Formats: sequence, C-alpha cells, structure tokens
Amino acid sequence: MHDMSAQVHAAQAPTSFIRKHVFSVDHKVIGKQYYGLALVAAIVGMFLSWVMRLHLGWTNLRIPGLHLLSNTGAPGDVMTPEYYLQLMTMHGTIMVFFVLTTAPFAAFGNFFLPIQVGAEDMPFPRFNMMSFWVTFVAFVVMVASFFVADGPTLGGWTQYAPLSAIGSASGPGQGQGVILWAASIAIFCVGQLLGSLNFITTTLDMRTTGMSLWRMPLTTWAWFITSIMGLTAFAVLMPACVLLILDHAAGTSFFVPSNLVINDQLQPHAGGSTLLWQHLFWFFGHPEVYIAIVPAMGIVSHILLATLRRPLLSHRVLVYSMGGIAVLSYMVYGHHMFVSGMNPISAIAFSFPTLIITIPATIIVLVWLGSLYGSRMRLNTPCLFSLGMISMFITGGVSGFFLAQPSLDIMLHATYFVVGHFHFVMAVSAMFGIFAGTYFWFPKMFGRMMNDTLGKIHFWLSFVGAYCIFMPFHYLGLASNVRRYQAFTDDYLQQLIPVHRFITVAAIATGVAQMIFVYNLIHSRFWGKPASDNPWEATSLEWSTASPPPFDNFGGKLPVVYHDPYQYGIEGSTGDYVMQADPRQVQSQGEEA
Amino acid sequence: MATTIHSPATQTIRNTSGPTTAGIGGWRNLLPAGGDLRAVQEYAPPPASTGVWVFVAGVCMTFAALTSALVVRKGGAPDWRHLALPYILYLNTLVLLASSVTLEISRRRVAALMAGPPAATANPARWLYATLLLGWLFLSGQYIAWRQLSAAGLYLASNPSSSFFYVFTAAHALHLLGGLYALTRVIRKLNRHVLSRATLDATAHYWHFMDALWIYLLVLLWMKL
Repeated sequence: MHDMSAQVHAAQAPTSFIRKHVFSVDHKVIGKQYYGLALVAAIVGMFLSWVMRLHLGWTNLRIPGLHLLSNTGAPGDVMTPEYYLQLMTMHGTIMVFFVLTTAPFAAFGNFFLPIQVGAEDMPFPRFNMMSFWVTFVAFVVMVASFFVADGPTLGGWTQYAPLSAIGSASGPGQGQGVILWAASIAIFCVGQLLGSLNFITTTLDMRTTGMSLWRMPLTTWAWFITSIMGLTAFAVLMPACVLLILDHAAGTSFFVPSNLVINDQLQPHAGGSTLLWQHLFWFFGHPEVYIAIVPAMGIVSHILLATLRRPLLSHRVLVYSMGGIAVLSYMVYGHHMFVSGMNPISAIAFSFPTLIITIPATIIVLVWLGSLYGSRMRLNTPCLFSLGMISMFITGGVSGFFLAQPSLDIMLHATYFVVGHFHFVMAVSAMFGIFAGTYFWFPKMFGRMMNDTLGKIHFWLSFVGAYCIFMPFHYLGLASNVRRYQAFTDDYLQQLIPVHRFITVAAIATGVAQMIFVYNLIHSRFWGKPASDNPWEATSLEWSTASPPPFDNFGGKLPVVYHDPYQYGIEGSTGDYVMQADPRQVQSQGEEA
Repeated sequence: MATTIHSPATQTIRNTSGPTTAGIGGWRNLLPAGGDLRAVQEYAPPPASTGVWVFVAGVCMTFAALTSALVVRKGGAPDWRHLALPYILYLNTLVLLASSVTLEISRRRVAALMAGPPAATANPARWLYATLLLGWLFLSGQYIAWRQLSAAGLYLASNPSSSFFYVFTAAHALHLLGGLYALTRVIRKLNRHVLSRATLDATAHYWHFMDALWIYLLVLLWMKL
C-alpha cells in the first residue's frame, strides 16, 4: 500500500493546459469531463424528446429547421414516420447510456470515490483517462449516425433482431445506422469496463488508515456495488454488439432465422435465433437500469443524512439492500420478454424474483422515510431534490409491481404504461439524484455555491412538470395506447390525442425550466459565492479537504478515519456533527460514569 | 464504559441527543480503548493484483456470454455442422502451455533475484523473452489455423460452427495480444530495474488465465454437444 502511495505521490501536478484539462489522469478532472459529457448528452436527448413530442401531439406539424437535421427524414420540415422512430431510438440510447450511466456513476463516482475513501487518486490513472476518452469517442460515433446518408437506426434502444440484423432491407438507417450504433455501444462498454476496474480496485485497496468497509459512506458503497454490476453486465453487451455487427456486415446468422422475407426480399441468413439477442441484451439491460439508479440511491442517502442531521434507521440494512438489488438484478431480466414467445414457465421463473426485488427497494424507501422522523431538516435545494427523488422512485416503483406479473404484462407490454414506469424510475428519479448531487457537491468541485433560490425554483418547476408529463402515461397505457407509434390514427387512440398534447406542452415547459439549472451552473461556476471547505456541515472525508481539493486530494497528508460516516445529531462545541477524520472521541449518553 | 474521560489531553464530545443505537448509526465509534489504531487491520493488497482478478472476471463474463450464444445457436436450428479442428491447434496448445511454464520459471528466478544477492543463475529476463516468443508463436499458429480453414472453404459466414470458431479464436487472440503487451512492459521494467512483484505477479496470473481459457475454448469447440 505504501508502494502505491509513493507511486502516486511521484506524479507531479501537471502544468500544461493539455495535461491539466484535456488528457488528465487526475480523477477529479475526469469526473468533471464525464459530467460535461453527460450535460451535453442530456441537452441533445431532451431536444430529441421535444421534437418527438411535437410530432406525437400534432402529426403533420412543420417543425422549423428540422430539414437541416435530415432532408430525407424531414422533407419540408415535416417528420416522416421512419424518422420519428429514428429520433426515438437515439433519444433512448443517448439518455440511457450517455446520461444515466455516465453522470451518477462515472462523473460523481470518479470525482468523489477516491476522496471519500481517503486516497490520493485511483490506482490506474491512465486507464481512468482512457475510460473517459473512449466514452467520448463512443458518443461521437453515436452522434455521427445522425449525419450518414440514411440517418440513425430506427430499431429502438433495444435493437431487437431480426430488424436490427438484416441491414437496409428493414428500413432507413438500418444499414450504416445500426453499424454505428453497435460500434458506439461496444466502444462504450470498453470505457465502462475500464472505469469499473478502477472503482472496484480503489474501494478494495486504496482506503486510508481507519477506513474499514463499514465506515465507508453510502455513496461509496453505491458506486462499489454499481461498478461490480457494470463489470459483469457491460462485458456481456460487448460481445452481443460484436455478433450483431457480424450479422450485419459479415453475413453470419447469429440472430436472423431462416426463410425471412422482408419487403419482398428473401434474406440470405439462416438458422439464427432472434430470442438469443433478447436474452443477451436483457441480461445486460436489466442490471443496466440498476446501474442507473443505485448511485442515485447512494447520493440521496448521503445528502439526506447531511440535511436531516440524524443517522438513518440502519446503515447496514441500506447497504445489504443495495447489494440485494444488485444480486437479484441478474435473475429478473426475462420480465422484459414475457410476451416474446418464450416458455410461459420461464415467465413465472422471472416474475418471482422481479416481485422479490421490490422488497429491498421498498426497504430502502422505508428506511429513508422512517429517518425523516425526528430529523432537524435543513430544507435546502439538495434536500428538496433528494425528497423529490424518493417521491418519483415510489411512483415509478409502484407501477413496476403491475408490470412484474405476466398476466397483466400481456395487456401492458409495449404500451405507454411501461414508458411511464421507466421514465419515472430512470429519467426522473435518477435525474433528480443527479441534480441533488450537483447542488450538494458543486461547492466542493468548484469552490463556489450554487444559487439556492434558483435551485428551489428549478426544483418545483421540475417536480410539478415531471408529474404532469409522466403521470398521464400510465392512463394512456391502461387505455391501450401502444408505444413506439409515431401517429395515432385508430379510433380508440384518436380520443387520447388531447392527453398527448397536454404532455407535449408540459414537456416543453419543463425542458425550458431546465435552462434555469444550466444558467445557475454556468453563472455559479464563475461568479458564485465562494464556498468554505464544509458548507453543509457534513461528515464524510470529502468535506475535510479544501474546496476544490488540491491535486493530491489531501495536501500531502492522507487523513486518518476515527468515526463512522454519519455522526450527525451530536452536541459538541463545533456543532451537531463529528467529521470522520476528527480525532476527538464521542462519548455516548449511556456511558456516563 | 467511560474509560477515556480522565485523559486531560483528549477532548471529548458529549452526545446527549437521541437514544438511537441501531446498527452502525449508533453513537459508539470504533476507536478501540487506548486509541491504538493498529487494532484495525491495515493491510491492503497491491492494486495490481486485485485489478487483474477484476479484469479476469470481466473477460470471463464476455466468454460466458459467447458460450451461451453458442449453446443456444447449436440447439436452435438443424444447420449445425460440427467443425473438425485443424491439427495445428493442438500444437498451439502445447506452445501456450510451454509459455506458461517458462513464465513460471522466470517468475521464480525474479523472486530469487529480489529476495537476495544475485545468484549465478541464468538471467530471468531470458525466460521472459522465451515466454514472449512462445506467445507470438501461438498467435502465428492461430493465424495458420485460420488460413487452413479458409483454404478448406470455411469462412466466417460459411456455417454457424465456423462463425463461432472464428469469433472465439479472434476474441482469445485479441486478449492474448494484450497479455503480450503486458509481458513486454514487464521485460522493459525488469531491464530498467523498476519491476515490482505485484506487476510481475499480475501479468503472470493474467497469462495463466489466458492459457486456461484457451484449454476451455478448445474443449468447447472440440465437443459435440
């Protein structure tokens, strides 16, 4: 261990602009770079959702400027049906991969994991730098698919075979678009695997003196558990994407069955299994959604403790629950395939663990809610977003109960009910977790406070707006509104169009409200009130160093940890908390002589 | 048990709020009486050795996914024709096994070198070079196997079993190439006298894993399920 610290110490602080801000091995810079990538991706994804929603509400609407994005996809600024599917695919892909996997896990995790365990840096800094730039290249490849002749792929972020595997015969964007999609995702997997390698090794080997596993903050536990999931899940998606590319470009038949006729053309493939793609994809896909939410759970727990000023009902139960969710996540993936034609007995086999996985998730929510009692809540912006995340998670989780049952899923599969469910648990919950983390950790990352008033306005507009957008999705789904349709021409769907128009208006208004956040972010970065080392009076190790931390995190002297991570609610001379690195002892009431 | 209150140099903070002692959220801290931090276990393994097993776990998952794809594809359609493996593959296996042996020899030589004054033994770097050579020999043999298959008219898309053959051997070869890079790095560090045990051990573990993985793949491709 001393070997390693000597090696990291030997790395001098970089001086050139390129080494400091571009090709940096400093985990803090890499974390900020990931955050910037996620921010850009979120804006792109949000813009795509606006354009989609406009088309859904008003089918033949001319959207000014859309022809600039694609002349074939939007001739005369009116979106073609295929182009709707193409934009929908890119919206899902960019949001799930480049926002929800990147921001809560890679961005905040890279910045804060080493600091929270008391390390100077990750053990493989060059792999870390590579992981960001590989992810960046993956993003560029993905966005490049907008600009190829046929446009991006239209097969959904799930890219089901055989539609995705047979090439241009199945529609525009299915030629080069699919190759670029699969290549981008395969490259993304490599980046995430390198990142997971660093996270796991840092947590296991780089903890400072006194930092036992049970003294690690909940965010560290969340990132550790997520990185184990990432290691195993992304390692499965990568070969699946390679096999897809081979089916496409090399004429193999992994996923394409025999005698398939598409658009009057007999496909040259034979013998492949379309279900095989679904199994490989969802074996990755379900842990992926927990990769998106578990860091947000850790972040919300961490922030809640600092704002509630009392410990959680049980720290260990929260850790065990997150671990339980991670283990169970591999056993539930077939609930995405209830109506795929697989054996109904296996549907039961997947439904059972899906219902079981609600137990640790519920335990986590109940621990959060129970800890609100007796708290001295400091209702600042991070606290609001944390509470908002809990609300969104409950709402989204409850709809999951229904989808977990095959008998109900027969009606609800591929309807807006599913879309509402995953937008609540992923899009809104995880996003609120990202926002909470941003407002909470911005002072540490940049040395300045964000504007709390603007933050609260941002919260209320987003909270109300998100409910206005996604709550109606459940009603639409129950009314049998099918998803991935670009227009609603059937009689039973016509009467739902006013609901869609309401959602569109809410979506655009909520999207505009996010500009408050972007403005706050940029303005505070340069002109925000200077922050102290510990503006929230929090206890974990990141708050015992400067804001922002120096190059080697702790100014040459690694901290020694004396306390558990969440000693809040203790009376003392300096406040109601004891920091982890505080050498003073805590004497409990029951131990009075 | 208020045992430290009498020590005048230490400051204590009195906690008088809330009776909660559930789990680790309680008010007790883990600092042992007397303040001796050595009671908390300090040792952590070198990151390189943890890192290599993490990486190996990821590689296992990748090949597990490909294995399940093979099993499903084999059982899913009647067009599976078992591929007769080119004989050179068995020779390549022996070459790879030999490279593991030479790597182990060099590891012990390096350990002896690090432990005490240099004995009059052969330069351990020689055995590392031998491992490197055998590794490259293996890759050349794989390439020859590919050429033999294509000469027999069996290409990537010819039939499903040839597809999987190429995919598995290519994936293994790519990972082995990474192992060759790691070996080269070890040799360079040894020559500059900056090699650490952890780096050498990690590289050796990875190489042996590649060996074991190849044996597994050979059996998988050879088997008639």
